[in-house]
Amino acid sequence: MSLSTTITTPGLWRMPRARVIFSALGLMIGGLMVLPLIWLVMRAAQADMAQVIDIFTRPRTLQLLVNTGLLVICTLALATVMALPLAWLVSRTDLPGRRLINILAVIPLAVPGYVMAYALIGLSGNFGFMNQVFGVTIPRLQGLTGATLALSLYTFPYIYLNLRAAFAGLDQSLEEAARALGATPREVFFRVTLPHLMPALMAGWLVVGLYVIGDFGAVALMRYEVFSYAIYLQYSAMFDRVYAAWLALMLIAIALSVVWWESRLREGAHYARTGSGTGTGRRRLPLPLLGQVTGWAFTGLVVLASVGLPIAVLSFWMVRLDDLPAVLPALLRAFSQSLSVAVPSALMAAAMALPVAVLAVRYPSPLSTFINRLAFIGYAVPALAFALAFVFFSLNAARFLYQTQILLVTVYALSFLALALGPIRSALYQARPSVEEAARALGHGPFSVFARVTLPTIRPGVIAGMVLVFVIAMKELPIAFLLAPTGFRPLSITMFSRTSEGMLMEAAPYAAAIMAFSALFVGVILRHDKKGE
Amino acid sequence: MSFLRNSVFALAAFAATPTLADLTLYSGRGETLVAPIIDAFTAQTGIRVNVRYAGTAELAVLLQEEGDASPADLYWAQDAAALGAVVDLFAPLPEELVANVPAAYRDTENRWVATSGRGRVLAYSTERVDAAELPASIFDLTDPKWKGRIALPATNGSFLAHVTAMRVVHGEDATREWLDGIAANEPVAVRNNTAAIQAIGDGEADISVTNNYYLMRFVQRDAEFPVTQTLFATEGDIGNLLLVAGMGVLNSSTRQQEAQAFIEFLLSPAAQQFFTGEVSEFPIIPGTIVTRQDINLDDVLRVAPEVDLNTIGDLEGTLEMVREAGLL
Repeated sequence: MSLSTTITTPGLWRMPRARVIFSALGLMIGGLMVLPLIWLVMRAAQADMAQVIDIFTRPRTLQLLVNTGLLVICTLALATVMALPLAWLVSRTDLPGRRLINILAVIPLAVPGYVMAYALIGLSGNFGFMNQVFGVTIPRLQGLTGATLALSLYTFPYIYLNLRAAFAGLDQSLEEAARALGATPREVFFRVTLPHLMPALMAGWLVVGLYVIGDFGAVALMRYEVFSYAIYLQYSAMFDRVYAAWLALMLIAIALSVVWWESRLREGAHYARTGSGTGTGRRRLPLPLLGQVTGWAFTGLVVLASVGLPIAVLSFWMVRLDDLPAVLPALLRAFSQSLSVAVPSALMAAAMALPVAVLAVRYPSPLSTFINRLAFIGYAVPALAFALAFVFFSLNAARFLYQTQILLVTVYALSFLALALGPIRSALYQARPSVEEAARALGHGPFSVFARVTLPTIRPGVIAGMVLVFVIAMKELPIAFLLAPTGFRPLSITMFSRTSEGMLMEAAPYAAAIMAFSALFVGVILRHDKKGE
Repeated sequence: MSFLRNSVFALAAFAATPTLADLTLYSGRGETLVAPIIDAFTAQTGIRVNVRYAGTAELAVLLQEEGDASPADLYWAQDAAALGAVVDLFAPLPEELVANVPAAYRDTENRWVATSGRGRVLAYSTERVDAAELPASIFDLTDPKWKGRIALPATNGSFLAHVTAMRVVHGEDATREWLDGIAANEPVAVRNNTAAIQAIGDGEADISVTNNYYLMRFVQRDAEFPVTQTLFATEGDIGNLLLVAGMGVLNSSTRQQEAQAFIEFLLSPAAQQFFTGEVSEFPIIPGTIVTRQDINLDDVLRVAPEVDLNTIGDLEGTLEMVREAGLL
């Protein structure tokens, strides 16, 4: 580069080449996230004003809003009621077997919402578990009750994990001070402990809330009409898809406002000590025998409902299946189809996450912050709305991608990018830049350094990110539902179709395969968790 | 580790094989019902078929949206209304291919042809419904005594075709009134006919209008299954409608010959035998031997209303009406 160009075009050319390229890659990925949403907006804009007013004032729309809100509130409440005592027992008491409880409280993540819904439905009815085993026919769980149960039994571990971390970080001397100043244990809990747990609780609520807003499988099986279910119904059953597009936009607005609300509440809050002195070490509350029994009884109840129930119901239907070897080829086929999308999705998500993470860690700037925000869009936008945007985009602007495996893989990668980003970014923060600088000083170019120094150092993080995306993609349902190439019948779709057709027995092997596989996901979390301790 | 990696790639390659298929079929008929006959076609002709299973109406919507760029060669619908809705996308079939099919069971220009027939029937719980109190006409289902007791698969193709036929025979107002009455009875929303029968068996609902062949599979598995079915007592009642499943070849398909071979296969005596024997439907080709049926074709023909299947193509209008009634 000659001297004159450096002078006439400052800025861009003075930046390291790697940074320019990573920024360009990051912007491209961000563009991929945002671009298809434009087609969703365009489809919605086909409505004239009268139609828009009609859509917003339809009693149906209001009902969906109320139902979605109710489901979020009920699920968060029930999940917190399960998670908070467990987190407290594990972190603050001397209850024997705490380590076991810690594992038991995370295992429910192996039972996705729609599998949990399957288990709850399988309990009821003439041929259901309860009637055949205990002779009691219970009505089919459905609606708000059914959806709340299915979703909270699956999602409460997210709240538990956050709360446990918060308990561990809580400065106990604050509680002691409050006690010394005359507060009752109850007052201490509500005025000191709980406010300090709020940030963690809110982080957990955000994860669970977004999950509930975006869930399709459990609400569809429980026949509870919330936004995602209505979007699917309007998309699949009506020639006019404008209403579906509007519902998707409304759902996106709800999800984004939840994210915004959560970040606002966290701003300006102070939870650290400001004075001098040090916090006391962690002390555990000695539980009397009655307390220990109550603690384990509660734990037992939660574990029985969240893990015992699906295993029991699934075994019940599996045993009924007269000819297991006959379904094995179909099962293997569905499994391999799931794999054929999940493997490339994991690779692609990691490849996309790398430049975004490098930007965030090595080249912090407003641009890199912007790109990192964009990278979270796929995670925050509810799956069904995201997939619908890609349907419109591929139909109207990229026909060659329509109904292809490449498109499905790309949408998975974009949707789960945030999951891969976490571990990769953490690993990068821990990798010392001085080693990279030494390699540069020894004459290696930026890309050679990246490939030969940085990448090997952060390998565990990259692998962890890929595994996370892989297992999530293996059980994904709503995106596959809208974007599946013809003939693509992965585990999740096969299991969902059979269940919604009332064929619980035929669905059982697929549900079992999903559960067994999701156990891997839990294994990864637990391993990660151990390292964090 | 490398073994694991290799097996992952091998499985992925195995999974990618459907893309090598010769024909792409959009099937609004359920996988459990039709997969065996598709496999038989492949075994006999060597032509591989890649199937997209989804709701009949859903696929009609999809075909409209895709237009000329549709990857589909064939569309197999559960009913004539969905076929009528996309009839402009079909290529006319050669006369000799469909000559055996009575004119009532195909499009006037041979753009689609029926593959099997089915009667709409009234399925009900043997435990909670007395045969004497059954509605004599489908219009009696709006009686408040059925509140909360009807299982309704509102997205189902046969249901939508049935409503379309009702509009043709009884007019828009009477149909809207009927839909409103059904909605006021707060039906149990189910996904399809199988789920409707299952819901009655499980005690969630007591009664449902379904196709005649779904109950058979439950009874075969369990002779004590607490659901039975009958026709509406009123002769010529629209409730006793005779419908067809049918198929057309997409205009945009580059594999017209293979697609026609598939239709030829479905109209062959062996396939017709399969529909009546295994699926318990009615044959379309006269002379097919009918076995294993609890409701026979002659009874259905006696009480069925006269409806020209070519006139029930306004699926879009029906969907709009069902949505307005709050059922979709």
